[in-house]
Amino acid sequence: MTVPTTPDTQTAPASAEQRVNAGIGRSVLRPDGIPKVKGNFAYVSDLQAEGMLHGATARSPFAHARLVSIDLTPALAMNGVKAVIVQDDVPGTAMYGLEHRDQPVLCDGTARYWGEPVAVVAAEDPETAKHAAAAIVMEWEELDTLDDPEEADAIDSVFRRVKVRRGDQDAHGEVVIEGYYEVGTQDQAPLGPEAGLALPDGEGGVDLYGTSQWVHADHEQIVAALGLQPDQIRCHPAGIGGAFGAREDMNLHIHCCLLALVTGRPVKMVYDRAESFAGHVHRHPARMWYRHEANRDGTLVRVQAKLLLDGGAYMSTTGAVIGNATYFAVGPYKVDSVAIDGVGAKTNNPPCGAMRGFGAVQSCFGHETQMDRLAAELAMDPMVLRRLNALQQGDPMSTTGQIITDSLPTVDVMDALVAMPLPDDTDSDNPLHLPGGTGLTTSRSHVRRGVGYGVSIKNIAFSEGFDDYAEARVVLTSVGAEVHTAAIEVGQGLVTVCAQIARSALGLEHVAVVFDDTSSIGSAGSTSASRQTQLTGNAVLEAARRVREMALERIGGDDLTDAGVWRNGELIMSLDALYDAGPIEFTARYRHPATFEADENGQGTLHAGFAIAAHRAVVEVDPELGLIRVVRIDTAQDVGRVLNPQSVIGQIEGGILQGVGLAYMEELVIQKGKILNASFTDYLLPTFLDAPDVEAILIEEPGEWGPFGAKGVGEPPTISSTPAVAAAIRDAVGKPLNRVPILPEHIVGV
Amino acid sequence: MEMTTPKDLTEALTAIDQDPDAVLLAGGTDVMIGVNFGETWPSHVVGLRRLAELTAWEGNRIGAGVTYRRLEKGPFAALAELSRTVGSPQIRNAGTIGGNLGTASPAGDALPFLAAVDAEVELASLNGRRTLPWHEFLVGVKRNAREPNELIVATILPEAMPPRQAFAKVGIRNAMVISTVSACLTRREDGTTTIALGSVAPTTIRARKAEAMISSEKSPTEAAIAEFGRLVSEEIKPISDHRSTAAYRRHAAGVLAKRLLERCL
Ligand SMILES: Cc1cc2nc3c(=O)[nH]c(=O)nc-3n(C[C@H](O)[C@H](O)[C@H](O)COP(=O)(O)OP(=O)(O)OC[C@H]3O[C@@H](n4cnc5c(N)ncnc54)[C@H](O)[C@@H]3O)c2cc1C
Repeated sequence: MTVPTTPDTQTAPASAEQRVNAGIGRSVLRPDGIPKVKGNFAYVSDLQAEGMLHGATARSPFAHARLVSIDLTPALAMNGVKAVIVQDDVPGTAMYGLEHRDQPVLCDGTARYWGEPVAVVAAEDPETAKHAAAAIVMEWEELDTLDDPEEADAIDSVFRRVKVRRGDQDAHGEVVIEGYYEVGTQDQAPLGPEAGLALPDGEGGVDLYGTSQWVHADHEQIVAALGLQPDQIRCHPAGIGGAFGAREDMNLHIHCCLLALVTGRPVKMVYDRAESFAGHVHRHPARMWYRHEANRDGTLVRVQAKLLLDGGAYMSTTGAVIGNATYFAVGPYKVDSVAIDGVGAKTNNPPCGAMRGFGAVQSCFGHETQMDRLAAELAMDPMVLRRLNALQQGDPMSTTGQIITDSLPTVDVMDALVAMPLPDDTDSDNPLHLPGGTGLTTSRSHVRRGVGYGVSIKNIAFSEGFDDYAEARVVLTSVGAEVHTAAIEVGQGLVTVCAQIARSALGLEHVAVVFDDTSSIGSAGSTSASRQTQLTGNAVLEAARRVREMALERIGGDDLTDAGVWRNGELIMSLDALYDAGPIEFTARYRHPATFEADENGQGTLHAGFAIAAHRAVVEVDPELGLIRVVRIDTAQDVGRVLNPQSVIGQIEGGILQGVGLAYMEELVIQKGKILNASFTDYLLPTFLDAPDVEAILIEEPGEWGPFGAKGVGEPPTISSTPAVAAAIRDAVGKPLNRVPILPEHIVGV
Repeated sequence: MEMTTPKDLTEALTAIDQDPDAVLLAGGTDVMIGVNFGETWPSHVVGLRRLAELTAWEGNRIGAGVTYRRLEKGPFAALAELSRTVGSPQIRNAGTIGGNLGTASPAGDALPFLAAVDAEVELASLNGRRTLPWHEFLVGVKRNAREPNELIVATILPEAMPPRQAFAKVGIRNAMVISTVSACLTRREDGTTTIALGSVAPTTIRARKAEAMISSEKSPTEAAIAEFGRLVSEEIKPISDHRSTAAYRRHAAGVLAKRLLERCL
């Protein structure tokens, strides 16, 4: 790992900032790290309450069917069953959804996807609950299953169409490259399953501890669905075992709350692995038609594309995802003539929503493959072609025309990547490190090596006019300070970085992060879109600065440390005494620069910030069997400013592995709307033997508005790593391979 | 759910004689998957881990309770190779060769080895013992010839084991993967060759025509090796499913056959 230490005068650290040990810029250890490794950390699925019941769900066995009749009596008759609930029992609007409240809490008489919840049961123990759910008798009449997004597009069964037209629509280049590309359905596959514990308060309200990425959004939907007053539901941040987008949408949350209200007892629900695959949204599968036109010198002249993403049965975040796919369809390149049409189709396939990279992943596979093919056609080096067309700060976005005011070190990122040394040709002969690994399918003589590149651009934070903000509170205590937030720590390290920012701003070492429920603090917004370090980070920064000022002002001090307030090098009041003299706290709400909805041609200032990443993959392929090993991924990433080197590298390595997974193994196999591989036996995630070595260069050019210039780093690693691996495989085997994941049969061609 | 933990073979055999519906539990790495998926709801489980006779391993007699962890370090090359491919370290510490026979999955990785060396399966009940050749024991997809009152006690390898043996398994992932195609090949000094394949037919199968052809080649030419691969591809009966396609399995089986043969020449 290389962290260039560019002195940065604009955000020169204050004296307090320089002094604290566990402030920004250091690899401060996560407070939850050791408990997690030791198994002491309480994830939602570990929570217990006295007298709690256990919930289970009865689901639709069909992707599209009418519920002719349902008989709950066999379940109700079972010993230990306390309640069975169907849609008619839901008191409020009984609907929920992130962008649009289009999903019934339970099946409303028609099941629109396979595994849609139909009834929920609460019983004394989990086994009884499962048995009872299985005992419910459902009579179905199967309806036609719309499982082809092209057919959905044709009959206008869509959630959103996005149109971009920019520049001269009659412009033409000397060279034309046309291509069709597909991306399979990836799953977030978080290790922690969906879980919730709902505690009735005895006054008609509920406290919910659930898997989530944004408790305030859950809260709003639960209140409406159940017809309650806002103060009757409190959503608490809780221990989350991975998210990657899968926890943006609710699933069992309303069920848990309602069962708790009906039975008057705590109710816990935990999905098993198979249920988890059916119970959360996935990454949208995509079909993409691209046409690039360029001049012989490599200059891009025109890019046209049609992007068709399958949103499945309910909207979730399909609107924003197809927006992103469309607006980032050209990639980090400058071109003046653009026509992109994005379609988010509505089908009877499993609902799709947020996943790391959020639409940019799909189109990146398209535009990067196009760039490689264009380079080949022009006999140019693929990175020379990219650099020639690189989009930079001050340029208009090729799709939306937005002038990019955020830092955008596209060229620096590309140059840093290309300058990294390639690994030696002769890697070890250890068979475990050849394609096929432990299966001992090959020897080095059967293996070919390939190298490929990918570059990506993505927006940071919410876009298209969304009122995106985060609230945080800093409270001085007798021993230090507390940061209060409702932002969700999903394993990414927000808990660490919030404390680091607060320490640096306060000048105090002793800072703890406290996660508050929805009744105690305002929304932090979603833990997604690579936004929390920038949004919640800024709110913490402002609150901490104000608290420091207030502490100094109160008694005319000039410095604050864990000992207390100082004046002219003398301690004039201990923290303890300061605390006794009255509370000092500040609640800050940070809003990023405003964004706006696009006009009818997709033009406007739609995005608040951007980040660039580039990847180079070195792979080894056994062409005869079609097996693959990714030897190494080199990357350079635009990170603004590194607040915690270890956390940044963690995001980069993990994100790359998720991109590698999509390149050649991760796919939900869906047939007539039904998932055929809803298990970790058959939904394959990379193991350690599949994990490449990763070398990363962090490019620190301060961003426009992140705290200390930091940019979100969570999503970029996932976006261009996939096309880089695909390009490297193509380089090794010389086949077009226009679909990811690239499976052995595609390489072999049988 | 009732749990019985017999301390010796007679106690175990008595328990299953009285309750033929009892589920036998060795490492549990297949049984628990069934429970987790709601496919089995055992009312009575008989635990086998304490039975000394099952964990015994003497020479060519391998007790049913021997784990992959032990097999990985054992003297039989192909058996050690295949054992390394099974699951993760946790699974190999728990999973047993008897469990692989009990499940009798077409993808069971120990089975091509047992088939290639012509192993036998020893079964015991209160009425006595019997021994079946592997192909009479494996009768269909996840079906074997064990009677409900019988235990698999051991698998018995032939006295004269083939000196050359090799195993290979194709899966998309480089570790911890259920096989798309697996194969085990053995060869003796006189050219006698056997090859057994997994995940390409309802049960583990031998490619006997291919074996006959290559066994007569003392030092096979490249053309003979290619022909051997072709015959193996032809003899199997693969299907398409969520793990792969029939065409790929046919192709990969031929490639594995050729490569395993080259490893054993
Ligand atoms: C994550 C994971 C990865 C896996 N990977 C692989 C793999 O790569 N390759 C592979 O082949 N398998 C794999 N398996 C399956 C499993 O580990 C093997 O089939 C293993 O051999 C089962 O052994 P066990 O001792 O755990 O059997 P159990 O689960 O205890 O039993 C399996 C079956 O055999 C019966 N049985 C067990 N012992 C006896 C006996 N002595 N007499 C009669 N019946 C008996 C049981 O009743 C049951 O029906 C995997 C499983 C998991 C969970």
